[in-house]
Amino acid sequence: MNEKRTTASPPADAQTFVGSDETRGILRGLSRGFSFVLASKTATVGLVIVLFWVVVAIFAPFLTLYTPYEQDWMSPNAGPSSEHILGTDELGRDLWSRLIYGARVVLVILPITENFWIPGGTALWGVLIALLIGTTLGLVSGYYGAWIDELVMRLLDAMMAVPIILLYLLIMASLGASAINVVIAMTIVGTPGIARLVRSLTLDIKTREYVKSAQTRGESPLYIMFIEILPNARGPIIVDSMLRVGYAIFAMGTLGFLGLGMPPPSPDWGSMVAKGREFILMGSPWASLWPSIAIASLVVGLNLLADGLREESMRYQ
Amino acid sequence: MIHTHENSDQPVIEVIDLGIAYETRSGDVEAVRGVSFSVKPGQTLGLVGESGCGKSTIAFGIVNFLGANGKITGGSIRFQGNELISRSDAELKRLRGNRIAMVYQDPMQALNPSVRIGDQLSEVLTCHTDMTGKEAWERSIAMLERVYMPDPADIMNRYTHQLSGGQQQRVVIAMAMLNNPALLIMDEPTTALDVTVEAAVLDLIEELKDEFQTANIFITHNLGVVARVSDFLCVMYAGEMVETGTAEDIFKRPRHPYTMGLLASVPRLGESKTDSILQPIRGRVPPPAARPRDACVFAPRCDYATDECREDRPSLIPMGTDHRARCIYAREIESRQRTRRRTEDKNLVQDVGERQLDQEELLRIDNLKVYYRQESNSVVSILGLGEKSYVRAVDDVSVRLSMGHTLGIVGESGCGKSTLVKGLIGLEPVTDGSLEFMGIDIQHTVSQRESQLIKEMQMVFQNPDSTLNPSYAVGRQIARPIRRFKTVPRKQVRNEVIRLLKAVRLGEAYYDRLPRQLSGGEKQRVGIARALASRPDLIICDEPVSALDVSVQAAVINLLLEIQQTFGSSMIFIAHDLSVVRFFSDDIAVMYLGQVVEIGPAESIYDPPYHPYTEALLSAVPIPDPEAEQKVLRLSGTIPSALNPPAGCRFHTRCPRRSEMLPHGGKICEEQIPPWQSGGRGHRILCHIPIEKLSTIDPVVHNSA
Repeated sequence: MNEKRTTASPPADAQTFVGSDETRGILRGLSRGFSFVLASKTATVGLVIVLFWVVVAIFAPFLTLYTPYEQDWMSPNAGPSSEHILGTDELGRDLWSRLIYGARVVLVILPITENFWIPGGTALWGVLIALLIGTTLGLVSGYYGAWIDELVMRLLDAMMAVPIILLYLLIMASLGASAINVVIAMTIVGTPGIARLVRSLTLDIKTREYVKSAQTRGESPLYIMFIEILPNARGPIIVDSMLRVGYAIFAMGTLGFLGLGMPPPSPDWGSMVAKGREFILMGSPWASLWPSIAIASLVVGLNLLADGLREESMRYQ
Repeated sequence: MIHTHENSDQPVIEVIDLGIAYETRSGDVEAVRGVSFSVKPGQTLGLVGESGCGKSTIAFGIVNFLGANGKITGGSIRFQGNELISRSDAELKRLRGNRIAMVYQDPMQALNPSVRIGDQLSEVLTCHTDMTGKEAWERSIAMLERVYMPDPADIMNRYTHQLSGGQQQRVVIAMAMLNNPALLIMDEPTTALDVTVEAAVLDLIEELKDEFQTANIFITHNLGVVARVSDFLCVMYAGEMVETGTAEDIFKRPRHPYTMGLLASVPRLGESKTDSILQPIRGRVPPPAARPRDACVFAPRCDYATDECREDRPSLIPMGTDHRARCIYAREIESRQRTRRRTEDKNLVQDVGERQLDQEELLRIDNLKVYYRQESNSVVSILGLGEKSYVRAVDDVSVRLSMGHTLGIVGESGCGKSTLVKGLIGLEPVTDGSLEFMGIDIQHTVSQRESQLIKEMQMVFQNPDSTLNPSYAVGRQIARPIRRFKTVPRKQVRNEVIRLLKAVRLGEAYYDRLPRQLSGGEKQRVGIARALASRPDLIICDEPVSALDVSVQAAVINLLLEIQQTFGSSMIFIAHDLSVVRFFSDDIAVMYLGQVVEIGPAESIYDPPYHPYTEALLSAVPIPDPEAEQKVLRLSGTIPSALNPPAGCRFHTRCPRRSEMLPHGGKICEEQIPPWQSGGRGHRILCHIPIEKLSTIDPVVHNSA
C-alpha cells in the first residue's frame, strides 16, 4: 500500500450541502409529522375536523349533562334549546349527548361486552386488523409471486366480486349485531383492497437494489418483507388507511341504519338517522340531521387529510 | 428534395449572454447565466458538462419549453437573424415554424406507443405542409431508408415496441429530419444506447449534418461522444459557460481547470491502473441556490484557486481564435498544468510486481449454464403440455479468477453478464455446469448456502438511488451485515461501522444521515462500505460507476482500487464502458449472447489478435480525443434472441470479418461451433478464423498520445 495514491484522490468531504443530524425520538417524529400536515391547507382542514371529533369523543362524559340513555319525557322531538343544545329525539334523549357518545364508539372505544371495552374505536380496529392481514397477504403474495401469488389473489378477487354492501349484510346477518362483529365484517371487507395495494407496492420495491443486497446477504424472506420492503411502502399505505377509516365510518352508519349496527339502545349514528327519519316530515328533522352531518363531516375530514398528505408527499418526491 | 440553406455563413442560431432562472418558493434561482455561442449551417456545437450544469435548460430555453416556473432573465437568442426572446407564442410559431427539431434521450418517450411508426412520421409532414397523406407516406419511407433502417416499408406499419432501442432512436432522428430543420437540438441522444449502436447513430448524425447542412446542438456528458461529433464546444459548469472553443483546441489545450479536471478524470482507452492514475475533481456541482454570484463558481473545487478567485466573477478571457476560458489564470495555467497522469513514477500506480500468474485460484466456473423458463400464456403451456422454451441467458461459460485479481466482464446489454453474476452469488438457480469458490461447490442458491460462504461474496450495485434503503440511516445499513455475520463483537459494531465509513472516505458524521441527504457518489461509497462490512474475499461490482458523473466516477474507481490494495480482495467488475474496464481489470472476459467469446489478460484483449466482436466493440468506443485515429467497424443487424440463438458461432449473423477472412464466405461459422484458440499467456478467442490471421489485423486505435 503506498501513501501517495491516497493523496492523489482527495476525500470527498467537501460534499456537505445537506442539513442537520438526524435526531431520533418520538417527539421529533411527531412534530415533523405535524409540520408535514400543516404544510398543506387541505390536510390541515381535514385534521381540524377529525381532531374535533376525536376530542369530543374522548371527553364526552365531561361535555354533556346527560347520559345518552336519559329520557326527558317532557320534551320529545324538540329542537335546539338552552337545555338540549341540539334538541332531543322521539324518546326525549339529548341529541348532543347521543351524538358524542356515538362518536366514542366510532373513534375511541370498542365495546366488547356491556361493561368491558378496549381503547380504539370500532372503525379504527376494523381498519387496523384489515391492515395487518392485508399487508401480510400483500407482502407474501408480491414477494414470492408464482403460485402463492395466484392463489392468494384469486381468493381475494373472489371476495371482491361480491358487492360490499351485500357482503356486510351477509356477514352481519350471520354473526349478529355487535361491535365486535362490525370489526370482523370490516376486516373481511377491507382486507382484499389493502392486500392488492401492498402487493403492487411490493412488486415495485422488491426490484430495488437494496433488496437484492439483502438477498445476497442471505437475509430471510421475513426480514426482507417486513424490514426492507414494508417501511418503504408506508406512505401510500398510510394515505390509503385514512381513506379506509372514512369508508369504515360510512359502513358503520349504513349498518346502523339497516339495524345491523350496535344493538339498541346504544347511541349509534346510523340507527339515530334511521329512527329520526320518521319524524322529518313531522317538523322535527333534528334527530336524523345531526348524525348525518356527523358522519359526513368525519368522512370528508378524513378524505381531506388523506388527499392533503398524498399531495404533500408527492411534492417531496 | 434536399436543399441547403441560403447564405451558409450566417449563423443559424446565435445566443448572446443568455440567462435563465427558475422561480421557486424561496425566490428566483439562476440556472444558467452568461452563455454565448453561435452555430452555422453544417456545424455541430457540443454542450458538455456534468448533470445539473444547465445544459438541457439552454436547449429548453431555445425552444421555449421552460415550463411554468422558468423564465429567461437576460441576453438574446437569435434564430436565422430573428430575436426569439419576449415574443408571443404566435410570433414564435411563425418565426420558428418547423425549422427547429429536437431529439431527446429516451426514444420510447418521444414515440407514441399506440400509433404506428408510419402514421407518426407522415403526420409530421401532413401537419406542417400541405402534402397529401400518400406523398407524406412515400417521403417517410425515403427518410427511413436514409437513416439506414432495414425494410422501411415494413417498419412503417410497426409499433414502437416492435423496434430495438437503436432503431427507435433512428426513427426519432428521421422524424426530426423530415421537415429539413435548420437547427437540430439533440439532448443526450445516444446515452441510453449500447456502445456499438451508439457508434452507428453517431455516424448517422454526422452524415445527415453534412448532407442537410443543419446546424446541430449536441448535448452530452460524455467527453468521448462530444469529441467525435463536435466542431465547437461549450463546456458548462454550474450554469456557466466556463470554456468555449474548437473541439480540437479544448481537447488539446484545455485552459479552464474544470475542463482539465474532466479530461484527467476519465480513463483513455488502453490506459490501465498499472501505468496511470485518474484524478477526480473533489466535491460536487453546487445546487443552483448555493452558487456564488460574485465569485468563480468553480473556485471551491479548484486546485489553483486563490483569494482573488473568490472575490470577483471572472469574465471569458480570449485565448486565441474562438477559444475563451472563464478563469483569471487562464493564460498562466498552462505552465502550471498538473502533472500528466501517464506517469513514470511507479509509486503512484498499482504495483505490477505482485501480480503472478500462478496465484491461488479463488473462483472456478466451468461450463456454467443459466436458463430461464420462458413463460407463455397459452392454455397448453399452463397445463404443462406444450414444448418448453428457455432463454439461454448464460450458456457454457468457463472463467477463472485468481486471489487478489480483478476480472472485468464486458458486453452489451442482454449479453448475460448480469445473469452470470446472479448465478454466482446465488440469486438465480444454476441450470448446469460447476461453480467452485475456494474449492467449495457453490451451485445452490443463496438460501441454501452457509453463512460463512455468503459473507465471502458481496456485491456493489449500479444505481446509487436504489442501492440504499431510504428508510434507514447509513450507519444502520452498514451495521446490519456486521451484526449478521458477527464480524466483530456486538459492542464494537459502531466502531467498526465508523472504521468502514472512514475507509470509504466518509466521516463519522455520516453515521446518522439518511440516504436522501447524500449525493450519488456518497451513496455509492456507502454501498461499497456495506459490501466490505462482512470482510468478503470477493467483491462483485455491477456497473458501480456507470450512473455517476465523470468527476465522481474517477473518485469511486480510485477508492475501489485503494480498497483492493488495502484489503487484498478479489473483484469481478462488470461494465459496459471498455475504457473503465480496461483501466480497472487484470483479466477481461468479453461476452456476447450468453457466451464468453474472448478472455485473457487485459492488455491482450485491447491489441490484436481480436475476436471480431471485441474488435467491433473497441472501434465503437467514443474516445475523448478528436485526433485519435480509430478504425470504423460497425455491426449490422441487432442482437439475436437468446431464446433461439443462432447455430454454429453465435456471432455469425453480425460478424464483419468472416466473409473476408474465411473460405466460402465463412459457411463454417453457420454450421459448427467455433473452437477456442490460444493467443498465449492465457489469452483465448472463440472463433473459426485462424489466430494467425486475426493477428494480422491492424490495431483499432492509433493513440496519438
